[in-house]
Amino acid sequence: MSAAIEIHDIHKHFGSLHALAGIDLDVPRGQFFGLLGPNGAGKTTLISILAGLARADRGSVRIMGHDVRTDYLAARRLLGVVPQELVFDPFFTARETLRFQSGYFGIRDNNAWIDEIMEHLDLTRHADMNMRALSGGMKRRVLVAQALVHKPPVIVLDEPTAGVDVELRQGLWQFIRRLNRDGHTIVLTTHYLEEAEMLCQRIAMLKQGRIVALDSTSNLLRRVHHLFLRLRLAGELPGALKALEHGSGAPGDHVLRLKGYDEVERTLARIRGAGCRIEEMELMQPDLEDVFVEVMQQT
Amino acid sequence: MSGFPTLLYKELLRFWKVGIQTIGAPVLTALLYLLIFSHVMEGRVRLYDTVPYSAFLAPGLVMMSVLQNAFANSSSSLIQSKVTGNIIFVLLPPLTYREFFAAYVLAAAIRGIVVGIGVLLVTLPFVELAFSYPLWIVAFAVAGSAVLAALGVIAGIWADKIDQVATFQNFVVMPLTFLSGVFYSIHSLPAFWQGLSQFNPFFYMIDGFRYGFFGVSDINPYLSLAVVGVFLALISALTLAVLRRGYKLRN
Repeated sequence: MSAAIEIHDIHKHFGSLHALAGIDLDVPRGQFFGLLGPNGAGKTTLISILAGLARADRGSVRIMGHDVRTDYLAARRLLGVVPQELVFDPFFTARETLRFQSGYFGIRDNNAWIDEIMEHLDLTRHADMNMRALSGGMKRRVLVAQALVHKPPVIVLDEPTAGVDVELRQGLWQFIRRLNRDGHTIVLTTHYLEEAEMLCQRIAMLKQGRIVALDSTSNLLRRVHHLFLRLRLAGELPGALKALEHGSGAPGDHVLRLKGYDEVERTLARIRGAGCRIEEMELMQPDLEDVFVEVMQQT
Repeated sequence: MSGFPTLLYKELLRFWKVGIQTIGAPVLTALLYLLIFSHVMEGRVRLYDTVPYSAFLAPGLVMMSVLQNAFANSSSSLIQSKVTGNIIFVLLPPLTYREFFAAYVLAAAIRGIVVGIGVLLVTLPFVELAFSYPLWIVAFAVAGSAVLAALGVIAGIWADKIDQVATFQNFVVMPLTFLSGVFYSIHSLPAFWQGLSQFNPFFYMIDGFRYGFFGVSDINPYLSLAVVGVFLALISALTLAVLRRGYKLRN
């Protein structure tokens, strides 16, 4: 059985910029996959090539075995894309927008599914309002709904939670997780790395058009061996420990970056030895943000 | 099933929802042209020896409105979608470039013809028109509106900004329609301008359309229909090639 997405040796230039420099990537069916990278890394360009909005200079992309260029009709039927830009057609209501999108995919009488999507995304009350009158968050929900009208087995979300409130994020992820449990393959790009860590089973990190890390989320988290010790001290942090400081917050709060558990006891002993009293203490595991920063610095 | 009927319906609904602006305004403009020009010119000029100026002018105004509005519909729809970014809603689904072409051209041609019918209806109380050959009227209205609709697709795709479409409309479409014999018979022009008019494809659209009303024209209507037909084939082929390549739509 073919993978949900097969990307082979994709290159894309914009003038002298080599936006994608040989991307090879497979996303198995049913996976919740994260595509991460700094701005300009090539994430949106890669998604545009998947969706047929841009054409690669070299290489091939298949959606469930269908080439996005030579077999584009089948490939597009299998793909739903939530674009990054908050775009809408000001002539129509939310419901009309969804009916049109459904019709473009050749689906008539799709009202039951459209009503269900709107219910899940809390859009029902706004269904007959003109798109212009909707708030940014509501417009974002309509974009998500548009990508789902044809029940695509592969769903790509390009920063779907950029600039939206906590309530929508939670509702959206609940719905997307349900779709994933039902067998839909999800590809997510986001700058909120805690979302990627919470949701994605496997992650690719892009930098300057190349994949610089590709692994399961748990393996990626194991790549960083250090841990963090958060302390609240009644007194000054001993000078010898200042080199370990990773960050600080309120006066007396310090976060120290340690190489391993062995170093915890030694550090605490030094603090006590300096006559400093520890008021609060917490050990923290590295998160995806730490992995991301490390990968980007190392490559 | 194909997405074509939905795209066509969406394009029709788009102009219908703002009908005052897309149908009412051009009908009023054409009516004002008719009233003012016929007031000034009536009795001074007779065309084809027997036709009063106002009767001669009316079909020309109808066809001019058909052509300008067909162009305006496809070009404005595409450039607005490109500028606002919602063009991706029709680029993501499995629509072929032929379906894309057919939906935009047909919707724009229908807008042109609807405006033309509106202009015709409001001019009828003021002029007496014969409908000598209705099939010629329909043939030239359909072919002419399709040419301008396809031209509008090219302009909408080519332009990056709304003012570039306006430039195309003001410096190409408007001069070619105004200089196509809407307001005069080319036989009233000096020989040089008569010759030059024959290179204007819009002239054949207007002249052939007018033949349908009066049964007389400056040029043999079969020749006019052939010229318009060839022009339609060329513009359609060019538009389809542009869409197939994804020029400025799929980078």
